[in-house]
Amino acid sequence: MSMLLGKKIGMTQVYDEEGRMTSVTVLQAGPCKVMQVKTPETDGYSALQLGYDDVKKSRVKKPAAGHAGKVESTAKRFVCEWRLGEKDQVELGPGDDVKVSIFQDVRYVDVAGTSKGKGYAGVMKRHGFGGFPGSHGTERKHRAPGSIASHASDRGHGGNLKKGKRMSGRLGGVRVTSKNHRLLFIDEENNLLVIKGSVPGPAGGYVEIRRSKTHRQKEK
Amino acid sequence: MKTKLLDFVESASLKKEMPHFEIGDTVDVHCRIQEGNKTRVQIFNGTVIARGGRGINETFTVRRMVGDEGVERIFPLNSPNVVDIRPIRSGKARRAKLYYLRNRSGKGVRLSHRHSTHTVSK
Repeated sequence: MSMLLGKKIGMTQVYDEEGRMTSVTVLQAGPCKVMQVKTPETDGYSALQLGYDDVKKSRVKKPAAGHAGKVESTAKRFVCEWRLGEKDQVELGPGDDVKVSIFQDVRYVDVAGTSKGKGYAGVMKRHGFGGFPGSHGTERKHRAPGSIASHASDRGHGGNLKKGKRMSGRLGGVRVTSKNHRLLFIDEENNLLVIKGSVPGPAGGYVEIRRSKTHRQKEK
Repeated sequence: MKTKLLDFVESASLKKEMPHFEIGDTVDVHCRIQEGNKTRVQIFNGTVIARGGRGINETFTVRRMVGDEGVERIFPLNSPNVVDIRPIRSGKARRAKLYYLRNRSGKGVRLSHRHSTHTVSK
């Protein structure tokens, strides 16, 4: 079990042990409540449901209050499941608190959140296209996508656009996972995790923090 | 609340003790530099002409004349590589930024001495 729900507090800088300045993101993670334990017998799969951040009492909907009431908790704003494999052993039961201490010997984490919405964006911003020169005779198409297809039928599309052709459109506001952040510092008193680099979403946005899947968790 | 938590994280990187020095002071800045595998302390001597930033980003600018060429270095105040700052001589300055020294040369760059208690003699 190595997942927490939290909130992005913001970014700052710290000096590392070698005197280099490092950009860090401060996350407030937990304490999370185990809202429900799902098992294959009752739910068809096994998972832990975590909740984070209280809803204002006057705004709690009755179903949410009922669900939370089963574990004698207040209703939570951010609820998320941690899917468990068959072999995963879990000591946590419904109603338990999960705190940053579970990341005690974790060195790298993945952070998932909802990225900032960028609105309708062009291909340069959205897909990193090169655009056209600023001068040398370029007129009115400095940030244009260029050719998107031809009339030729021998490309397999018969004069139609290839599906998935990258074009301009809505950018951001989707779930993004940012991987392999070095976990620099844990503060149990304020429930803080300090990690290297930037994570998706605005300050105050909700994030899921997991033990890194891909990075080898070497000794600290 | 947010700022408080960010300040808390920053505070771990701030220096516990900070030598007192003022704009116009002549200071010796002891900075750690790395040469290959060895680290040694180099002293940069000059006049403090500006301080900027706040918190972890606070910096100060030291100007000195090498020959008739002005050399300025901007040091992060809280960097562990800035080992020590020793005010040697206090100079009379009536403003917070002494950028006017850049337009002067020769004897004009000197600031008249001001009596002070925070300087240390060499």
